[in-house]
Amino acid sequence: MLYIKCPWCGYRDDAEFHYGGEAHIKRPFDADSLSDEEFSEYLFQKSNTKGLTLERWVHTSGCRRWFNVLRNTVTNEIIEVYPSDQLPSSKAGKEYYKSNWRRKSAAERLTTRQIEK
Amino acid sequence: MKKPRSNFGMQGLRSEKEKYSIFSLARNAFTNHENWAQAWKSPEPKTEYDVIIIGGGGHGLATAYYLASQHGMKNVAVIDKGWLGGGNTGRNTTIIRSNYMWDESAGIYEHSLKLWENLSQELNFNTMFSQRGVLTLAHSEHELKEMNRRVEAIRLNGIDSDVLNPAQIKKLVPIININPNLRYPVMGGFIQRRGGTARHDAVAWGYARAADSLGVDIIQNCEVTGFNIKNGKVTGVQTANGTIKAGKVGCVVAGHAGVLAGLAGFRLPIDSRPLQALVSEPIKPILDTVIMSNSVHMYVSQSDKGEMVFGAGADSYNSYAQKGSLNIIEGMLAAAVELFPVFSRLRMLRSWGGIVDTCPDASPIISKTPIDNLYFNCGWGTGGFKATPGSGHVFADLIARNEPNSITAPFTLNRFVDGYLIDEHGAAGVAH
Ligand SMILES: Cc1cc2nc3c(=O)[nH]c(=O)nc-3n(C[C@H](O)[C@H](O)[C@H](O)COP(=O)(O)OP(=O)(O)OC[C@H]3O[C@@H](n4cnc5c(N)ncnc54)[C@H](O)[C@@H]3O)c2cc1C
Ligand SMILES: [Zn+2]
Repeated sequence: MLYIKCPWCGYRDDAEFHYGGEAHIKRPFDADSLSDEEFSEYLFQKSNTKGLTLERWVHTSGCRRWFNVLRNTVTNEIIEVYPSDQLPSSKAGKEYYKSNWRRKSAAERLTTRQIEK
Repeated sequence: MKKPRSNFGMQGLRSEKEKYSIFSLARNAFTNHENWAQAWKSPEPKTEYDVIIIGGGGHGLATAYYLASQHGMKNVAVIDKGWLGGGNTGRNTTIIRSNYMWDESAGIYEHSLKLWENLSQELNFNTMFSQRGVLTLAHSEHELKEMNRRVEAIRLNGIDSDVLNPAQIKKLVPIININPNLRYPVMGGFIQRRGGTARHDAVAWGYARAADSLGVDIIQNCEVTGFNIKNGKVTGVQTANGTIKAGKVGCVVAGHAGVLAGLAGFRLPIDSRPLQALVSEPIKPILDTVIMSNSVHMYVSQSDKGEMVFGAGADSYNSYAQKGSLNIIEGMLAAAVELFPVFSRLRMLRSWGGIVDTCPDASPIISKTPIDNLYFNCGWGTGGFKATPGSGHVFADLIARNEPNSITAPFTLNRFVDGYLIDEHGAAGVAH
């Protein structure tokens, strides 16, 4: 049982929420320029980490808003809750974000390049 | 591919004395059952094996057994971080069936069901396989129509499957409530009479004993913490007890598949999630069929000890904590009590969780990997117990020949690149 602190409604039982899976997966703008392997990485491959993970939740039976969570998948401890358009601000969250394999994936590199342009 | 050879009475056992039979039972009764031989040894690991299987669940042990019995590979070790069968093999609700919709799934699950039918004989170990029938309920007009279509698809693959109406269901399962005023009324169902249950521990122990007697080393309490990889080829595994060299490595670790893939430097399309089950206090025989319902997500069977065994749904979030959320159990029990009002008086004894490895298309991965001589068998998610013999049999074939056969070929990791998915989400019965 998770006890999740919605940024707007406070602590609520996890039955009120829906899980949105891994956070910070960038959809490639120009998917045609990716190879099938690279697109598969974006579409199918999971981080599924044992330990810290960054994930999305939505408070379906409450305020219906999305937010992000830094959680430990072994202890289920929730370490940080932060807005869905931002990056984590805790040290552990920042480190996990930086070291995740997606930062080096072709899909993300392509998208980041395009946003910069 | 070699067909499984019937091995009545386990010629593989080291001596006639070790064979389980009415005679050995009588003989051992004279010595107060104090002289039974150990079912398997717990040897120190050798420095090198032809094949190392990571994961001593049913699938890993079966793989080792078939490597030894079908392919003559006897320098094999099974390594588990905990105790044998302590993963999902020992935590599941043991439902066995092969009524899946797609041809590819029919291929692997029916192959497995055929092996179940002779498994106790082959292993000389009573797996308590009971073909009591698996009945899946429909609760809406749409579900019933879809079920009829599915039953035809399943029959085209030569797998037994029959549609039943509510009166026939009531006759088969007298304690079920078929009142049409239920929120989710029983509108019909389909049954696979060859389906049923088996004793999960016995499956692990039977394969362990049979593999051991063919020379396989079973090493428990030894976590694999890394791979030795040279020029893109696996050469051994690092463990809590040191490095062990290996010609080939097969990885069958269910919920931990992603962790092991990470150690080998690649990723899987797998999420690890808690799945829960619970059992009641034992009662007199009351239910002799497995009942499942996809739409209210409830399934139940009665164990030989008399406990009602309930299976709940998987939690939506990833976790390795081997426990799930209470609301999942509450929802399942509400459905169970509506369908079986007599259950409202039952007390539950235990509940537990296991970490299941779910794939985007709800089908397993039995495949080569980006690393040569490293093979993965995973993604069985909420429903791999039924596949234990078949999965071990074809995985041994893949490892021995380094080539997929007609059953394993569709279950390649590459399907997530070429898009040839085998979508079994809800396509057959419930997800288990
Ligand atoms: C509650 C529940 C109910 C279920 N009900 C059904 C059902 O009714 N019917 C059905 O068909 N299926 C069911 N399943 C699914 C089924 O249990 C699994 O698909 C199947 O048992 C998987 O078997 P396995 O041998 O691959 O995995 P496991 O039995 O989990 O074995 C994997 C082993 O790998 C070991 N391991 C992990 N990491 C390492 C490491 N680093 N080093 C060494 N060893 C390691 C673990 O200790 C474990 O023993 C259910 C599962 C659960 C949890
Ligand atoms: Zn809220």
